[in-house]
Amino acid sequence: MNLFSDSRWSEALSHLPDYLGNHVRVSIAALTLGLVIALPLAVAARHRPLLRGALLGLAGIVQTVPGLALLALFYPLLLALASLSLAWFGFGFSAFGFLPAVLALALYSMLPVLRNTITGLDGVDAAIVEAAEGVGMTPRQSLWQVELPLALPVMMAGIRTAAVWVIGTATLSTPIGQTSLGNYIFGGLQTQNWVFVLFGCLSAAVLALAVDQLLALIETGLRRRSRLRVALGGIGIAALVAATLVPAMGRSQVGYVVGAKTFAEQYVLSALLAQRLRAAGLSATTREGLGSSVIYDALVSGDIDVYVDYSGTLWANQFHHSDIPPRRQLLQALQETLAQRRVTLLGELGFENAYALVMPKKRAEALGIRSIADLAAHAGTLSIAGDYEFFSRPEWAGLQNAYGLTFRSQRQMQPDFMYAAVASGEVDLIAGYTSDGLIAKYDLTVLDDPKRAIPPYDAIVLLAPKREGDQALRAALQPLLGKIDIAAMREANLRAAGGDGASSPEAVARWLWERIGRQ
Amino acid sequence: MQPAPLIAFAHVGKSFDGGRGAGPVLAVDDVSLEVAEGEFLAIVGGSGSGKTTLLRLANRLIEADSGRITVEGEDVSTVDSVALRRRIGYVFQSGGLFPHFSVAGNIGITPKLSGTPAAAISTRVDELLDLVRLDRAQYRDRFPHELSGGERQRVGVARALAAKPKIVLMDEPFGALDPLTRDALGNDYRALHVKLGLTTVMITHDMTEAILLADRIAVMRAGRLLAQGTPAQLSKNTDVYVGELLRTPRRQAERLNALLPRDGAA
Repeated sequence: MNLFSDSRWSEALSHLPDYLGNHVRVSIAALTLGLVIALPLAVAARHRPLLRGALLGLAGIVQTVPGLALLALFYPLLLALASLSLAWFGFGFSAFGFLPAVLALALYSMLPVLRNTITGLDGVDAAIVEAAEGVGMTPRQSLWQVELPLALPVMMAGIRTAAVWVIGTATLSTPIGQTSLGNYIFGGLQTQNWVFVLFGCLSAAVLALAVDQLLALIETGLRRRSRLRVALGGIGIAALVAATLVPAMGRSQVGYVVGAKTFAEQYVLSALLAQRLRAAGLSATTREGLGSSVIYDALVSGDIDVYVDYSGTLWANQFHHSDIPPRRQLLQALQETLAQRRVTLLGELGFENAYALVMPKKRAEALGIRSIADLAAHAGTLSIAGDYEFFSRPEWAGLQNAYGLTFRSQRQMQPDFMYAAVASGEVDLIAGYTSDGLIAKYDLTVLDDPKRAIPPYDAIVLLAPKREGDQALRAALQPLLGKIDIAAMREANLRAAGGDGASSPEAVARWLWERIGRQ
Repeated sequence: MQPAPLIAFAHVGKSFDGGRGAGPVLAVDDVSLEVAEGEFLAIVGGSGSGKTTLLRLANRLIEADSGRITVEGEDVSTVDSVALRRRIGYVFQSGGLFPHFSVAGNIGITPKLSGTPAAAISTRVDELLDLVRLDRAQYRDRFPHELSGGERQRVGVARALAAKPKIVLMDEPFGALDPLTRDALGNDYRALHVKLGLTTVMITHDMTEAILLADRIAVMRAGRLLAQGTPAQLSKNTDVYVGELLRTPRRQAERLNALLPRDGAA
């Protein structure tokens, strides 16, 4: 089979206008903002050693914060600001997606711009600056007509560096709700779609190189005083921006946005929901790869219209309950809590995706472990792995308290690699998900939870406050409620991890719908 | 009665921060000096003598610590420094041309800053190129890096003259040029000085150049004005350093006469 005959390439390509357009828009906005802030600061700092040290130090510190963390930090910050602004001035703004991404990336772009602008201005021959004064230039005229033009090549080199950094780091803005080329990478990693991962990396690299080369053209043009080069580079950048703006203008802004968290099941379910909405004649798009805490806030603020969450997650993480009522009672209480926030709990899909402690069947039998209670005696000699969230979630604390568990070591892992790790003996057990198809594939066993320390995790469909009375939306999603059993979801998840053309979330969602229809 | 001097320094002092730990360095120490209208004054001294500082005090590229400096009868500390610099021509040591401006752009900068219309500047640039004997068509659009040292300094002179100043200050203008170019440029400038009725103050470390071009010479050493006067007046000065400075060109001329045959190429 030809590598490129894989249908995933054409699927990846079909997302390109949307992902690339968003990526370019957020990068350009961030870079522009970064320049607008950093350039005047650098000019102001050039004769002020104290300010200059402080600026470069601060920008240096920002630079050491990992890109993903910086982006993630802006989300709660803006959320707090938005609620303050709503309380004080009567208007809020979306703390989701574009704004936090632009702010964080702008901050990220500032160091090379600051450093090169200061260095460039310092590097202008003192005799030339004195000549500018001598021919009767004011300090401002000297700056604009002599110092900045002469420092420009060095400044452009800094702007190039900043542009490449911003374009690369913008791929990390997917988890805070900004569509970018990172959607390929995050989505591809979650669904083991390496074609997507590769496609995302390649397109981000090509974009960075293209912008870098255009800016390089401007830079050499400035150095050699070639207006032609500067004009060509400028036209290239303008064309790139225009090309990504045109489709955005043509696209209608109305339509439903279906959110998805960062794992394969969520990708499949969001694709399924979007397909059902389209089948009912509604326009729908998906917003994937959203962090667990981001997605609920995004629903409340109306940035997304609908998504699937899990009862226990909301109960313990979002509403901070430490008691665990029986399943029905929990759902009832949750529905009431959500209603106070005008979020509609439309209904359950019919399966649970609970956290569960999972280990190889043979190993469990050999050790005589059937439940978590049996595990306690062995825990000191065993190692456990969980996803990035698990060990900081209240359920983990609850589980440890209930059974008195202390493991030899605990590790965090990408969910898709956990199962293979436990099957190969890399770790002794994992905190997996009950709906995961890999449990059967790797011959693993789910340990019982006799003390019911892990809350129930019914998959539930939530609607945004602004869609409270939306009958068309309710009608379109109604056929899904109660129809997806654990067996169907496990198989769907297994298919999604298949790593071939039939494993795209869209394809698996279609398969799942057919299966529901057959029942 | 003598006419009022065009430039006058009265008991002027200026010191600079000597850097880490060191005390302030006195660059100009109680200097009083007058330059009459139409005069060509050369200030001669070694490096560190304070001659360049004294020149820069005149158009306030540097501010004086003490004393009084007047230009055309006005105390420079009371006039707008930018306006002052626009009406005083200044020729920098190695041209000080803006590398990103063409020859025409460099020459026309001061009129442009003062808001002269582009057409008038263009005419003026051509006049000035003629004046400093550079071919209009050939040089107008060149950039400084495409010029020889002598050509650059001619452009520097043209730039200083662009706004039709009465006064031209020159900071070792011909110091970095080869002897032939230097001689030609010096003579050309002296002719311009006479033709345009300029008042010129030129800094140089070369007494021969000062004697050949200037009407009057001021000698500086360690921030102090040692002597001033015409070459003839200076030759009667009793100061050892002044005497040594004046004897050197004469001794060189005598040795040259002895070494070069009378009927040779020179």
